[in-house]
Amino acid sequence: MGRLLIALVAVPLLGAAALTMPAFRTRGRAVAFGTAVSGLVLALTLAAVAAFALPYGQDGPTGGGPDGGMRLQTDLPWIPGLDLRFHLGVDGISLPLVVLTALLTFLCFVHLTRHPPAGGRQRALVCTLLVLEVGMIGTFLALDLLLFFVFFEVVLVPMYFVIALWGGTERRAAAVKFILYTLLGSAVLLIGLLVVWAQAGTLDMVALAERRGAGMPRSAQILAFLAIGAGLAVKTPMWPLHTWLPDAHTEAPTVGSVLLAGVLLKMGSYGFARVAIPMLPEGAAALAPWLGALAVVGIIYGSLACLAQRDIKRMIAYSSVGHMGFVLLGFATLTPVGMNAALFGNVAHGLITGLLFFLVGAVKERYGTADMARLGGGMLGRMPHLGSLLTFACIASLGLPGLAGFWGEMLALLGAFRPAAGLPRPLFLVFMAVGGAGTVLTAAYFLRLLSRVTHGVHRAAPSEPEAAAGHGVVGARAVEQGVPARTAGEAAGIGGDERAGDAGEIGGTGETGQVGGTGGAVDVTAREWAAWVPLVVLIVLLGLWPKTLLAVTTPAVQAVFGPGMVVP
Amino acid sequence: MIAIVALIILLPFAAAVAGLLGAKVGTGRRGGGSRTESSGAAAGRRAAWFAITAAAASAVLTLWLALRPALDLPTGAASRPGGAGFWDSFLPGRVEGALTLIETGSLPISVSLRGDGLSVLTGILVVMVALAVQVYSVGYMRGEPRYPSYSAFIGLFTSAMLLVVYAGDLIVLYVGWEIMGICSYLLIGHWWEDRANSRAAVKAFLVTRLGDVGFLFGIFTLGMAAGSFRIDDVLRADIPTGTLIAATLLLLMGVAGKSAQVPLQTWLPDAMAGPTPISALIHAATMVAAGVFVVARLYPLFLGARPTLDVLAVIAAIGMLGAALAALAQDDLKRVLAYSTISQLAYMAGALAAGVRGAAGLAGLSGLSGLSGLSGPDVPYGPDLSEGDVVFGGIGPPGVHGLGEVGGDEAAIFHLLSHGAFKALLFLCAGAVIHHAGSNLMSRMGGLRTALPVTFWTMTIGFAALMGLPPASGFFSKNAVISVIEDSDGVVQPFLYGSALLTVGVTGAYATRAWLRTFFGPAQPRGEPQPEPLPEEPREEPLTEVLPGTAAHVSDGREAPRSMLWPIGVLAVPALLLGFTWPWVAGRGVMGSGVGWGSAMIDLVVALLGAGIVYALWRGDPVRDPARLLGPFRVPCERAFYVDTVYAALVARPMLRLARGVVRADERVIDGAVRGSGRAAIGLSGVVRLVQNGNAQLYVTGLVAGLLLIAVAAAVVLA
Repeated sequence: MGRLLIALVAVPLLGAAALTMPAFRTRGRAVAFGTAVSGLVLALTLAAVAAFALPYGQDGPTGGGPDGGMRLQTDLPWIPGLDLRFHLGVDGISLPLVVLTALLTFLCFVHLTRHPPAGGRQRALVCTLLVLEVGMIGTFLALDLLLFFVFFEVVLVPMYFVIALWGGTERRAAAVKFILYTLLGSAVLLIGLLVVWAQAGTLDMVALAERRGAGMPRSAQILAFLAIGAGLAVKTPMWPLHTWLPDAHTEAPTVGSVLLAGVLLKMGSYGFARVAIPMLPEGAAALAPWLGALAVVGIIYGSLACLAQRDIKRMIAYSSVGHMGFVLLGFATLTPVGMNAALFGNVAHGLITGLLFFLVGAVKERYGTADMARLGGGMLGRMPHLGSLLTFACIASLGLPGLAGFWGEMLALLGAFRPAAGLPRPLFLVFMAVGGAGTVLTAAYFLRLLSRVTHGVHRAAPSEPEAAAGHGVVGARAVEQGVPARTAGEAAGIGGDERAGDAGEIGGTGETGQVGGTGGAVDVTAREWAAWVPLVVLIVLLGLWPKTLLAVTTPAVQAVFGPGMVVP
Repeated sequence: MIAIVALIILLPFAAAVAGLLGAKVGTGRRGGGSRTESSGAAAGRRAAWFAITAAAASAVLTLWLALRPALDLPTGAASRPGGAGFWDSFLPGRVEGALTLIETGSLPISVSLRGDGLSVLTGILVVMVALAVQVYSVGYMRGEPRYPSYSAFIGLFTSAMLLVVYAGDLIVLYVGWEIMGICSYLLIGHWWEDRANSRAAVKAFLVTRLGDVGFLFGIFTLGMAAGSFRIDDVLRADIPTGTLIAATLLLLMGVAGKSAQVPLQTWLPDAMAGPTPISALIHAATMVAAGVFVVARLYPLFLGARPTLDVLAVIAAIGMLGAALAALAQDDLKRVLAYSTISQLAYMAGALAAGVRGAAGLAGLSGLSGLSGLSGPDVPYGPDLSEGDVVFGGIGPPGVHGLGEVGGDEAAIFHLLSHGAFKALLFLCAGAVIHHAGSNLMSRMGGLRTALPVTFWTMTIGFAALMGLPPASGFFSKNAVISVIEDSDGVVQPFLYGSALLTVGVTGAYATRAWLRTFFGPAQPRGEPQPEPLPEEPREEPLTEVLPGTAAHVSDGREAPRSMLWPIGVLAVPALLLGFTWPWVAGRGVMGSGVGWGSAMIDLVVALLGAGIVYALWRGDPVRDPARLLGPFRVPCERAFYVDTVYAALVARPMLRLARGVVRADERVIDGAVRGSGRAAIGLSGVVRLVQNGNAQLYVTGLVAGLLLIAVAAAVVLA
């Protein structure tokens, strides 16, 4: 069973290595191969879920541990001279994130098969994404601090290339900013980890978590928490360390944005749950009010920044600042419910924001812009399916009960209502109230987005026909197949009356089948449905039945905070 | 049994899912806009079948529950502290069931439902109005390409409201509570081509959400104090008064938002941008009822927090009169009804604020039969006290209540039901009128009684009920409300009572005005300019701007189609007769025993006075608007006292300005610091680079200097 986790890391790595073979030069084959590899990884994670679901003690000698402890462990010597070990394992905290990573990567590949980003070099892109997957999954599985750091860093390089090679017009600057900023954060993180190592004398994360900071003086814990927290906060991102994020998200190609928002940000918050809070409880207690304060500032600040954005992609990037603020607020309460909230919020944000970036990518592909003013509204009329999906994703993201986004926010506020003993309760009540105001602002900017983009009547921007024709394979295909649709749509669009959208659609249906729309616009394609429907289903499932996730995380979270963990 | 309750909730939900996903399958090509006329009609038919079947099944199941002699669990101490509610003689006992318990790391959430008399009573209102609206919509939305999603959202909305009504856990209740908000958003914005509708939808959601945040915190406070989110546990818990006051005040925010009470009332009139059946369903009969329902559901808690009830009384007093005056000045028929909804909901809030008082003052209203029982001094509430096994700790109100009396919650729920019936009726009739006239504006109507005889007579019943004229239901329920307010005590009671009486008069005035302007007088040919154009206030704030008179459909001739008339006719029956059945529902013996005739006469005279003044004015000149009696106050009334303008100036615009400021600060300050650090690093490296200038002599000089330094240092150290 322990081999399973090694396979999770090894399969994408071998896949990336295999791509160097010349056989993959043929166009399209590399993406198909990448899809197959990531599909295999997803299957392996599902196998890991199945193994995890077995009752404790039934998965052989590698499992075991108390309820909520590590399972499916692999512990091999790595660098014996430094006592570094290749130690992998999974518990309720990491398992959902591993599944999320595998799922999002797979869906990105499914999406790539028909919607490659501008910039060509598909083989390189597939290779990069597979290496990225190695780093992401490895980060969530590692149980040795240095191994954790290595995987944490592995992620940066492929993401740099994804932004720098396949990004938008300002991609170079954004990529450089991304890698410098996060590398700086990583350096601080490394210092913190080394402080822990120097004080505790071990890098084994299980042992460190069991010790709960015993043997480390308070001052050292605060110092280590400060350094580790700052390093993780860059990644999360926490206000005011967030400015790399809007640029990186805006310039990254669709798959890059999806993985950046869906997984990479979670590595920062995962670090809080796995490293900072369990290993340094006294440091956490000392700095939690600061963490909470910065978190709620991030919530309000992110929401306000969203309210004044013009570019949808940039707006969703800023919305991540707000949503991750709720995650950090959950951590700052230092309560089981708060950490549950953070973990739930992590997964929910990964699903919802992943979906949102997919959708915005699709919008950009069709309209040639993500600028709200130039989009011109009326998407529900022009592309009803895309508009409906965008509505769904925005509603999910604003935290509607019954969809996944709600539970993370609600539980974080509940945690802040009664934070851990020793934390100043009035202060956290203020945080709760501010966070509550943040939910209203969140609703405000998402509804503003929907109102501007999906509602109203589409009025074509002057340069629009050229833009639509010139963007992406889909646009080009639409031009080939949908000439009648286009002419009809444009003819109706010139008049600018209310029936323009409908008339164009009816004109477009007859000849072109799936390609039905106006002005070269195509509603959701089959491949896009395949990539998005799993996210939609999971968002609804987690929203209606939060127990699916909470039942997994709660034992692990209680093990973190429980009164004295059982030492095996 | 609990399975029946679950089924009542799930059926509309399943129909919504089926309608949303399945209506178009097989009826045409995939792609929402890409279908021909016939396939669109087929999808609409199928969606209508889904929606109506589910609504009808839910209605039948609810009636079956209501007609049972008792629900499963016996009433009494174990189940409901403070004795049973007033509904116990209607449907004693209750059912409950928990599906699962969700561990959160803090208090668990129990996914549970409970049904009792209060739930079933409110549930009847919800399913009946929902069914009527679904049937009505088939005719009203004929030819509408987006009918499938429209009917699905109504189904989803019905399901959410039923979840609120039957929830057994406060968090579950909150889930339904919020889903209603989003359904309201989706339905108000149904005709999203018009930006004004979109803005109204956004406004409705945001204003109610603002209240809901407080509501959620109130739930936290209650749950944490009680150690459980289950409604039964919360009602039974011993919560300190201070906590109780804080919690109920927070809950009140949500109630004010959903029930459109001051200061969060501004969304409701704008919500009239939605299709008229939606106004009937959401903004008259059900969603706005949720706030009143929740207070009734948690009434023992509110009784324990007297300051909260006083706040509620002030809110109600301001809201009922202000909204009634605003209704008097509106030209848009739907907005008249919207303001009247705010006003009537304020009546319910006022009844709730009145609390529960001893029987003495209310003997005339309560019949007293079978309700005599002695109450211990610590037993605050409920007629079913004779069992003597009621255990109720800690949260009693300061006063002592006991002998069979009409509680504020009973009067409120009574008025809720009768208002639900007559207001839904009024809106559906208004829909038929608008359908015919092609405009929402009353200045474009007139003389419609001959063209629309059925609508005329049913709407007359509705207006009579709204004014509180006997024998319509509103007479009885409004009388119950005013009697409760009259006999309450408390610091704001005189204010509340005065406002309630005054509002009766204004209600009579605006109802008469709307009735006369719509159905009497000279017929207005369409397209004629308004007789009295009002000065249009410049409206620069997009959030508050709603175009008046966004007409639904253009007139096509005579009376509305049959699918629209049937629901109207059916709703007219309870609107007319519900008052006679209430004594039976509340178990108060014979018909008419529930009326305090003395105060009823006063109400009636006041209402007729208001109506008479308007009639006299109208008789003088049938063309001119009787609203001119407001004189210089007319414009403020029509603008609803500029609350929207004030909010736009105080909240919306500063918020947007702040948002722009944040974006600027983010670019210049925070990101500026980041970029500045980059530039600083480059500048620093430029300085360091000066040393690396390629001049070998400089390098050698440096080398020699270094060597010399080391040698000197070594010499010093060694020596």
